[in-house]
Amino acid sequence: MQKILEKNLILLCVAILVTVAIGGLVQIVPLYTMESTIEKVDGMRPYSPLEQAGRNIYIREGCYTCHSQMIRPFRDEAERYGHYSLAAESMYDHPFQWGSKRTGPDLARVGGKYSNDWHVAHMVDPRSVVPESIMPGYSFMADRELSYLNMDEHLYTLRQVGVPYSDDQIKSAVADINTQANGDKGDVDAFLARYPKAAIGDFDGNPDKVSELDAMIAYLQILGQMVDFTTYKPEMNRR
Amino acid sequence: MTDQSGPMTSASVIPVYDDEVVRKFVVATIFWGVIGFAAGVLIAFQLAFPALNLDLEWTSFGRLRPVHTSAVIFAFGGNILIGTTLFIVQRTSKVSLFGGSGLAHVVFWGYQAFIVMAALSYVLGFSQSKEYAEPEWFIDLWLTIIWVIYLVIFAGTIFIRKEKHIYVANWFFLAFILTIAMLHIVNNLAVPVSWTGAKSYILWSGVQDAMTQWWYGHNAVGFFLTAGFLGMMYYFIPKQAERPVYSYRLSVVHFWSITFLYIWAGPHHLHYTALPDWTQTLGMTFSVMLWMPSWGGMINGFMTLSGAWDKLRTDPTLRFLVTSVGFYGMSTFEGPLMSIKAVNSLSHYTDWTIGHVHSGALGWNAFISFGALYYLVPKLWGRERLYSLRLVNTHFWIATVGIVLYISSMWVSGIMQGLMWRTYDELGFLQYSFIETVEAMHPYYVIRGTGGVLFLIGSLIMVYNLVKTMKGHVRNEAPIGASTAKA
Repeated sequence: MQKILEKNLILLCVAILVTVAIGGLVQIVPLYTMESTIEKVDGMRPYSPLEQAGRNIYIREGCYTCHSQMIRPFRDEAERYGHYSLAAESMYDHPFQWGSKRTGPDLARVGGKYSNDWHVAHMVDPRSVVPESIMPGYSFMADRELSYLNMDEHLYTLRQVGVPYSDDQIKSAVADINTQANGDKGDVDAFLARYPKAAIGDFDGNPDKVSELDAMIAYLQILGQMVDFTTYKPEMNRR
Repeated sequence: MTDQSGPMTSASVIPVYDDEVVRKFVVATIFWGVIGFAAGVLIAFQLAFPALNLDLEWTSFGRLRPVHTSAVIFAFGGNILIGTTLFIVQRTSKVSLFGGSGLAHVVFWGYQAFIVMAALSYVLGFSQSKEYAEPEWFIDLWLTIIWVIYLVIFAGTIFIRKEKHIYVANWFFLAFILTIAMLHIVNNLAVPVSWTGAKSYILWSGVQDAMTQWWYGHNAVGFFLTAGFLGMMYYFIPKQAERPVYSYRLSVVHFWSITFLYIWAGPHHLHYTALPDWTQTLGMTFSVMLWMPSWGGMINGFMTLSGAWDKLRTDPTLRFLVTSVGFYGMSTFEGPLMSIKAVNSLSHYTDWTIGHVHSGALGWNAFISFGALYYLVPKLWGRERLYSLRLVNTHFWIATVGIVLYISSMWVSGIMQGLMWRTYDELGFLQYSFIETVEAMHPYYVIRGTGGVLFLIGSLIMVYNLVKTMKGHVRNEAPIGASTAKA
């Protein structure tokens, strides 16, 4: 066998490709075909435009290099961070942000844990609230206006890759950013009907503009907040 | 059981090889190596002294970390891989490059453009956030084109070879080039928001994206940093030791088993996550199995020195090559160990992983690259020998001490932090807050940074030595071994 392969380039290349294809096919394809891969839960929804914009900043800054968003099913992690993470909780994440290193703490359920004011102080100067912190400061986010006039195109693209945004959600994407970041402007009820449980308000404490920090905090405040664990039954999702 | 078709045989007519492009890849390797090591030192010290982030968006750890990883893996590692594959494939096929020097230069400049675009994009805030696959869609497309041209040159050169057999190093190189193409394309499938903007959304989401990413990520290690560099081992160690490869049969067995098994190991990056258990268990099982073929490769490398072990005393270039195989053996034992779920529950998310990666990256990839550079530069620039063997020796020891500081400090900090996270006090409460475990890391981050500085200094000594060699200078010095015998 090897005697033939090492004298024939084409056969050798084909043999290599077949050999390396098997493992990936066996491990990846069933994740799409087996229904038990993603748990049935109540409460998961696509991110609001402001949350998604904040998520894009989280990705841009490489937050994943130091923060995980994946709580493992251990006693200490449950006590420190909360319920272990479900696959369903990242089903609309393009790309996933599970991370691989915890230089800082896990953020999968950081939403609601700290006030907006705490986040503002922490993002601008982490050591002002946590003296031992080694996180970089991100004061520029408070100064910079969020670029969001094409947020409808972002939602449209996300729908193309599988996130179930409705026409209504895409159409009102830009207006929804103003509504969520200002609270008193726009139709709050209609916004909350589109994005239940979304935090509304002037996140960064500066009502003059929608800053990158507004988006960042809106994203952090929804993390881990969507799934309703009062109706979640793990035994229904044995896998 | 020795390989007869290898670099030891000499054909009657030796063609003129295209070495100009190989020289360029060698210079690029040295250049990007220093940049990548320096970036690593900077971000290492940012973790010890956060003021070094400068609180500017372009200099924060989050943006510079991909600059470091891409610079060392794809710029330093990629240039030495492409350069040595083009050097080796000509000599083991007894023909000059398919497509000629011009096409090879397209790959050279195209690849450098990829590196510059990637690095600039991270600093300016464009990233897909997929580890080791951070470049956005347009840079991915660019790399795909360059990679296909590279494949055409490499495979084309084998196709027109004057040797009957395809040499063992070239099997590994083919597996490297083909598999990286497959991984790169599938993992980076994305839809851009607009054709004129950089931002895109990846096709996969959540758990499937995680699996696809680590299928890619682990096999970037498996095929870029392992298969490709094993190909280098199969050429440079026999050459420098002037001995044939130890066992042909072993090289066949370990080639096919590595190629088959590696692909399955990705899920060990996702133990105890929301990835289904069956996938995690499969990943762990294959990772443990990988230990055997990996050590098969190590044994084949080591035993090639049979009857030539004495050369280690007088030849520091060979010392780099052989030590790299030792580090390869060590990391391919540590890897399967860490892939065991019980061990991984402690090691995951900690610095232990970072230390493990660096024992492979510094000890294996960088050391074999240094050995290859010390072998190649006198040959490619037509010099009788290196400027100074004693400086090679100095580089070797400074770099080795640097690696030891690096990996031992990361073992201590990783295991310590993992244990601190799960420590309970006598009343049943968590003993440490998260920030206390961060504070405890400080001394180890300083030691790690110091190890990195030593490694960087070693590489600067290499730059001096190689530049002198290129210029044709020869240092008047006592030969290594002889002086110690006198003393």
